[in-house]
This record gives sequence, C-alpha cells and structure tokens, in this order.
Amino acid sequence: MDEKIGKILTAVFLLLFFGWLYWAQQNLNPYLTRILILCAINIILATTFNLVFGYTGQFSLGHAGFVCVGAYTAALLTMDITQKKANFFLAPLIWPLNSIQWPFLPSLLAAGSVAALFGLIVGMPALRLRGDYLALSTLGFAEIIRVVIVNLQRVTNGALGLKGIPSYTNLLWSWGWAILAIFIVKRLGDSSYGRAFKAIREDEIAAQSMGVNLFYHKLLAFTIASFLTGVSGGLLANLLSTIDPNAFTFFLTFQVVSIVVLGGVGSLTGSVISSLIYIPLGELLRAVESPVTIAGLHIPGIPGMRMVAFSIMLLLLILFYRKGLMGGREFSWQWFWARVQLVLGKQSEG
Amino acid sequence: MSTPNILKVDNVTMQFGGVVALADFSLEMKEGELAGLIGPNGAGKTTAFNVITGIYKPTKGRVYFDSKDITGLRPDKIAALGIARTFQNIRLFPTLSVLDNVLVASHLRLRSSPWEAIARLPKYNKEEELNRREAMELLEAVGLADVAHEQAGGLPYGQQRRLEIARALATRPKVLLLDEPGAGMSVEEINELMGFICRILRDFGLTILLIEHQMRLVMGICQWIQVLNYGRTIARGTPLEIQNNPKVIEAYLGGKGDA
Repeated sequence: MDEKIGKILTAVFLLLFFGWLYWAQQNLNPYLTRILILCAINIILATTFNLVFGYTGQFSLGHAGFVCVGAYTAALLTMDITQKKANFFLAPLIWPLNSIQWPFLPSLLAAGSVAALFGLIVGMPALRLRGDYLALSTLGFAEIIRVVIVNLQRVTNGALGLKGIPSYTNLLWSWGWAILAIFIVKRLGDSSYGRAFKAIREDEIAAQSMGVNLFYHKLLAFTIASFLTGVSGGLLANLLSTIDPNAFTFFLTFQVVSIVVLGGVGSLTGSVISSLIYIPLGELLRAVESPVTIAGLHIPGIPGMRMVAFSIMLLLLILFYRKGLMGGREFSWQWFWARVQLVLGKQSEG
Repeated sequence: MSTPNILKVDNVTMQFGGVVALADFSLEMKEGELAGLIGPNGAGKTTAFNVITGIYKPTKGRVYFDSKDITGLRPDKIAALGIARTFQNIRLFPTLSVLDNVLVASHLRLRSSPWEAIARLPKYNKEEELNRREAMELLEAVGLADVAHEQAGGLPYGQQRRLEIARALATRPKVLLLDEPGAGMSVEEINELMGFICRILRDFGLTILLIEHQMRLVMGICQWIQVLNYGRTIARGTPLEIQNNPKVIEAYLGGKGDA
C-alpha cells in the first residue's frame, strides 16, 4: 500500500463525503443539520487547539476570545444595513460598518484576519511566558475581549448583542472549512516547521540550541491557529444568527479542551472523532435535564445536569484512559489496510 | 599573528546573585583544535558552555566567534553562526523519531516560508529531500541509520549520546562543544568514543571543546586542557603538564591539610 493509493483513496473519500453533504443539505432535518455543523465548527476549534497545544506545547486558554472576535467581525460584515439600523437603536453603528454588507467568504476571511491580528498582538507578550502563566494570561485576554465588547456600544452593540445575522453557514461551508483546517494543520505539522514546533514542545532549551527560534515558531503556530479559530467564530455567528458577549465565556474553551483531551492530545484524528462524539452526546444528554417520573417519584428537570455528566465522563476518562482515544496517533490508509487484512485473514481462517 | 582564533572567550564572569560561577574565564581556540575543559564538580564548566552558546548572558566579559562578538546573542542565532553543543544530561526530543531529531537541527537552514511548506511547493520539497538525505548520511556516520525511524527516547543510553552528537552536527557547526560525552560509559565504549571524536574532528573540519571527567578520554585525545576550580582557571597545558601540575592534583584530591 503506497502513498499514491492513499492519496487517491483520500480524494475518493472526500468526493463521496462532499457528495453526501450535498445530499444531506437538502434532505436532512434542520436539527440534525445543525448538530453536524456544530461538529464541524468544533473540529476546527479542536484542530487549532492541537496546533498550539498538541504540537507546540503551548497551553493557551484564549480560544473563546478568538472565536468571539471572529464571530463579531463576520456578523458585522454580513448583516444587511437595515438590520444593523434596527439593532443599534441605543447608539448608531460607526462608519464604515454601518454602510457595508459583504458576501460570506470575504467576511469569513476578514474574521480570520482580524482574529489573527489579535493573535499576533496577544501572542507577542503572552508567548514569552511559560506553562501556567501563559494559560492564565490568555484566559485573561479572552475575558478582556468580552468586557471590551460589552463596552464598545457603537461597534458591537454592547450587552444587547447582534440579532438577525444572515444564516449563511450550512453543511458545505462548515465542513469545507473543517477539512481545510485539518489539511493546513496536518501539512504544517508534518513539515520542517512542524518538527520545530514539536521540538519546542519536547525541550525548549535543546530546540533553541539547535537553532530553532522559539518566539517566531510559537507566534507562527499561535497566529495560524488564531486565524482558523476566527473563521470558525464567523461560521458560528452565521449559524446562530444571534450573538452576544455571553456566548463566548470560558465554557467554550473548556469544551474545546475536553474534546482534544478526549480525542488524544496531538492527534487530529482523535479531535475529529471526539468532536463527532462530544457534540451529539451533549444533545442526547439533554434527557438528564428534563423532568422524569421514576416509580411514582417525580424529579423536576435540573438545568446544568449535562455539565455534571460531562465532568464525570472527563474524570473517568482521565482516570482510565489518560492518553485519549487516539493517544497521539493518526489515521492512515496503511493502518486501515493492515486492519482490513487482519479481519479478512481471521474470517478466512474461521 | 598566525591563524586567528575561531573561538575566544575574554575575561568572562558569570554571577548568579552572590554566587560567582565563573570568574575571569578566558579561553582561546584555533581552528581544528581538540581541547578539554576539566575540573571538580561545580567548577563552572557547564556554565562556561552555557555562556558560549548564549543560554546565559555573562555578567562581564565578551565572547568572540570567528572574530565576531557574539556576547548576549540568542542561542538559536549562535547555533546558526556555527557553534553546536550536546548536553550533560541528554536532551533529545524523546517522542520524535531518531531521524526527526536530526532534521530539527537542519531546520535553521530552511529557506521556504511556512506557506510554501503547507503547499508543498517544489522549492520546499527539494529542501526537505536534501535535508533528509543529509540527515541519513549523518545517522550512517554515527551508526544509527538502522534505527532512524524509532523513537529517540527508546534508544539505549550510548546510542542517545551518539544521536545527540549527530543532531549537533546537523546544524553544520564549525565549533562543537561536547558536555561529558563519555559519562556513564564503559572502558570499551570510551575507547570507541575516542576514535569517534577524532574521526568527526577530521571529517567535519571541526574544532572541539569537551568537558569530561573520564581522564582516559581527556588525556588520550585532547591537545591541550584547561582546568577550572571554583569558577577560576587554575591551569592550562598539555595533558602531560596537567597531570603533573600540583595545583590540579590539589584541586582534585584536596589540599595537604585535608588529607
């Protein structure tokens, strides 16, 4: 099984997958569609978190902040002008945002670019810190973004949030970006730059002594991750059609970290699989929050029970399955083929 | 003036708070030399390496490489200029493959941008292929070619030491600093290592400075030796001179009064 066949298989798989998405777009019910789109958005987030933490070893907790920046940028660019007027009734929106409306793709690219710019500005001081200090300062950044957005009435409409954002995000957009994000991060991770990232993760002093510019490479990983995170924010805004500062709390970052840990830190395959488990599970677990009657005993619905269930799951995972589902390994057609042969071999024996 | 010094350390003092780890340390090396830096534990040998490679910025004094002042430059810049090192307590990238460990060290020569790397443009592919070929050649030179795709952290101790040297060589250094290359090795391994060091000195056109406690190795291959004690240079000379220097014997075995 050589590389060429693997590439062809990947291409065929992607073609079939997008064909199916196209079909699903028309035929799947809106609820399922929405869950699948959320899966894709979370795949992007998990992938970028993996680039910064899984590959480069920098524990940044600023994800929610970059999603927030991307979401507001895309929302303000895609909303139509009358909607903007209706939204900003307390104080008018500043020029030029009040008189423009962009198509979806340039808006998403702008969302990514603005987030990347923030990544650069935040990363420059923050990435000089290590370990817990980096985590704390990036977490602080995400909170500052929220506070700034609440107070920038004439740009973000403050605590009122934005309503009536066009629902452009569909299965093709979201999964298209998810696959692009995986492609970019995987290609970068397997390149000479990726080796430098991993060297930094393993031993900063040794990496630097071998000529790796620590700051440049950390900032590179962080900025690329910020760009893609910003794009996913744009996708999220144009899916939800309503955003406000409270949609981007630490809970969002926590969810991304959970997905990555569940899938296995450093494994993109793991991130994809665990997004596909985590998000639908979140929906299924809504059952534990609804009122139930067991043997004549009525238990009222407890909001937040889902989080308790998730926390227990994560605890169990860390206790018994420390390396996550994939433990840093990746899917490859070679691996798949070996498995298929194994199964076929067993069947022919029996 | 004959051949200029490739490495010159000029009156370097390194202080950590009140502790003087290195006091007025000077050292001069000519191209192609193989020298040793010895001294009891805590004498400041590794501190000297850390100052030369830029991990520490000296409190006082200058470091020159190829007549350029490199004092206070970042370690990655110094590595790019041509000084490579190994570490006393091996510092490999344990979860990366043996080959990838060596390839990390050739990253500093990469001209392709991240975008060219993501798109796998011909320019990047060519560089990658060249680096891979060179890395494999290096691994062959140190006898690790057959374990190229294994995890570096899983190698036996002796092979890890050799991998560290291969990795340092991949930066294409002019000066190589070896921090206790023979630590924990048996007599046979030391003999092998001595041959190996002499071979790379010649084959790669290096200048080598090594820290070592194994006297067999130091006395056997070094052209000259500098001895440190409590951060101060107490002697400098050929192996024979050092062996018979009363100050050196005192530093290693304790003063007359202590006995």
